[in-house]
Amino acid sequence: MENVTNSRRDFLKKSAMTGGGLVLGFNWFNVEAAPVIVADSAIAAGNIGFNSYLSIAADGIITIMSPNPELGQNIMTSFPMVVAEELEADWTKVKVLQANLDNKFQRQLTGGSGAVPHSWKLLRTAGATAKAMLIQAAAQKWGFPAAECSAAIGFVTHPSGKKSGYGDLAEAASKVPVPTDVKLKDRKDFKIIGTRVRNVENKKIVTGKPLFGMDVYREGMLFAMVQRPESFGMKLKSVDAAAAKAMPGIVDVVTFKNNVAVVGKSTWQVMKARKLLKVEYEKDGAIESTDDHNKLFLSLMDTGTATVRRKDGDVDAAFKNAAKVVKGEYQCPFLSHSPMEPMNFFADVRADGIELIGPTQTPAGARSQVSKLLNVPEDKITLQLTRLGGGFGRRLQNDYALEAAEVSSLMKAPIKLVWSKEDDMTGGVYRPAVRYRFEAALDASGNLTGYKLRGVGINSGNSTRENNFPSGAVDNLLIDSVEHKSPITTGAWRAPITNFLAYAEQSFLDEVAQAAGKDPVAFRLELLEKAKAKPVGDIRYDINRMIGVIKLAAEKSGWGKNKNVSQGFSVYFSHASYVAQVAEVEMQSGMPVVKKIFAIADCGQVVNLGGARQQVMGGVVDGFGHAMYSKLSFKDGAAEQKNYNTYRLIRMKEIPEVETHFVDNGIDPTGLGEPALPPTGGAVANAIFKATGKRLRSQPFIDQDVFKAIS
Amino acid sequence: MPTYKLQINGKMLQADVEADTPLLWVLRDHLGLVGTKYGCGIAQCGACTVHVNGGATRSCVYPVSAVGSSPVLTIEGLSEKGDHPLQLAWDEVDVAQCGYCQAGQIMTAAALLKKTPKPSDEDIANTMHGNICRCGAYHRIREAVKLASTKA
Repeated sequence: MENVTNSRRDFLKKSAMTGGGLVLGFNWFNVEAAPVIVADSAIAAGNIGFNSYLSIAADGIITIMSPNPELGQNIMTSFPMVVAEELEADWTKVKVLQANLDNKFQRQLTGGSGAVPHSWKLLRTAGATAKAMLIQAAAQKWGFPAAECSAAIGFVTHPSGKKSGYGDLAEAASKVPVPTDVKLKDRKDFKIIGTRVRNVENKKIVTGKPLFGMDVYREGMLFAMVQRPESFGMKLKSVDAAAAKAMPGIVDVVTFKNNVAVVGKSTWQVMKARKLLKVEYEKDGAIESTDDHNKLFLSLMDTGTATVRRKDGDVDAAFKNAAKVVKGEYQCPFLSHSPMEPMNFFADVRADGIELIGPTQTPAGARSQVSKLLNVPEDKITLQLTRLGGGFGRRLQNDYALEAAEVSSLMKAPIKLVWSKEDDMTGGVYRPAVRYRFEAALDASGNLTGYKLRGVGINSGNSTRENNFPSGAVDNLLIDSVEHKSPITTGAWRAPITNFLAYAEQSFLDEVAQAAGKDPVAFRLELLEKAKAKPVGDIRYDINRMIGVIKLAAEKSGWGKNKNVSQGFSVYFSHASYVAQVAEVEMQSGMPVVKKIFAIADCGQVVNLGGARQQVMGGVVDGFGHAMYSKLSFKDGAAEQKNYNTYRLIRMKEIPEVETHFVDNGIDPTGLGEPALPPTGGAVANAIFKATGKRLRSQPFIDQDVFKAIS
Repeated sequence: MPTYKLQINGKMLQADVEADTPLLWVLRDHLGLVGTKYGCGIAQCGACTVHVNGGATRSCVYPVSAVGSSPVLTIEGLSEKGDHPLQLAWDEVDVAQCGYCQAGQIMTAAALLKKTPKPSDEDIANTMHGNICRCGAYHRIREAVKLASTKA
């Protein structure tokens, strides 16, 4: 059992008798918060203006505010599970509400697979502290020592037969001193954590209740869509909006920066009028095409100015003395995030302040950017979070929220600003396109003595992860990167950088293993054992956890057991978690078909088994689908794929079976929203190599020769 | 602007909209039925799927003037209490991730089950292939359709 210490400022309690309900509340985010009176009726009415509190009502209903943006990672279910576990709550009586943006919360954002790792101990402490206070209240009421009482499923009991529900005890509990140290449960006693708990919003989702930013409608609200330059490297020259303005339902057309906003009384009227805009653009920067990028990749690979990311030993000597040198290059295209729900935001800019409502992964960022844009202090801006219809990193940016605020400010009216799917796909913030060159030096016994990696990317920043495996396992190593600055905008895309780096690296390690005459799994294990025995430089991954997932993946997939399929292996560390995958390929009519992918994850303690499996399966499908089918190419600065008819996403008939397993090691949770995605491309490419003898050197795989065989 | 009288979820509803307005936007902007989602606007993703005359229809490209007296069913009208076998199966299997495409998925599946109460795996895959789930929840969608078909 673990003891944790509370300070008064971690745990504020507050009695609130109004409305006869809410009697116990506390801040479970470790931040000083002003005392707040929360009325039961306020929560019941969906007024979530006071929101850093867990509350227990007289009827025993426990309300837990979920601060982080929910985009499908299931945080609205997993956070409350952790609180409820330590609270010994009756899960059927837990109600979860999405919190608005509030300074009382820490890290109120969705990104980096970091929410559960960050909040794990805070949530547990919150639940355990409330439980201790409820027990204390019962003990006082009955005249027994608290140590003789215990709590389970929403009741405090005493061996004498006394029993009280949390609802009955809540008021008295709010008056007992806040304990300064509480005991957290042993893992073996977990009843909720690690089980399969269904998404708390399922009912609303399957009955079509308004949940998303797109579902926000307000009396007097106007609809806006924005025409942006169609090509990167162009700027607005002139606008003739006469025909658009003359259309029915159009209120105005306003121009700001390079944007022309059509504002009207319904979405369809705005969509129609927008087509009648006559907008001229002029050149404002480089106008680039994918053909240009392909040439740039090749020239910059040799002549680009590289930034050294990591250097161990003497890599030149290692290659000079090598018995064998292996080289491999891999390339990945731009990708659109294209979440199902298009970008949208509601903004009402008024003299007394600004109201923002909508889907964002970074609500605090949206508020601060709008504050700067319109020169309105942050405390005059409220932001209500809706559910996000997917994010994948796109909604880390708040450009669409800023547009809504700007149009509302210009129109002096509440605005719902909506992007079309075409706007989203052509409007930038893509996963960058990158090309990698790997080189490996092997000695006469097939040992990896030197390793070089250069990444060349378009607006990719550092396109390497220089401290990831195999760094630490190779004596002589050089990792550097070259960046080409382009007007085509890029941003974080689920598992940034690693979503393509892992494919390239894991494919290359397969090549090296083959050149060394070693089994790909044995080769990786050998490197890890070497890193353990004789670490080189800084090692930022846990060698034993990586070995653990590799071994479990080999076991579960029957690796090397001469199954009647071609297997490919991959393992990757990202967002503090470890995932190994084995893909299985069969040849059908001369074409490789991916039949199954085993995914073995070590994300520490699994919080919600159902949700965790879903993150892994979804991550594998996402990684597989994009590696196989998706690309965004450019012609004269404009995206060539503008909607799902040309930008291909994976569909049901194309999914392989996915089998998931988790390593049960009792380590505190590490990330899971992203780590299952990076290894998939490599496992698939390696399995296809095994089946066809062909390396897949670029994505999407469907464009490669092995899929062009005549069936 | 013409007035359209529409039979939606068993009720007669009325909207003053232009003839080419897609049914999707009539439902969302004019009738407050926001369960039907805008995804791509070109009938590629299926997020906007409703039933017109019992058949799965992409409402984003279906003009209101084409509806006539045909009954329209949206996710809000699929069942009175949210207990259609598909809705229950979606909860039991815990299908949704972000959830945005799920109304369209369920309406597509509902039309399938109406026509083919015991669909094969191939029937399910062929029918659901038209609906995109960007989160990649396809395994559970397939499982939930199958489960609902055993209980309907």
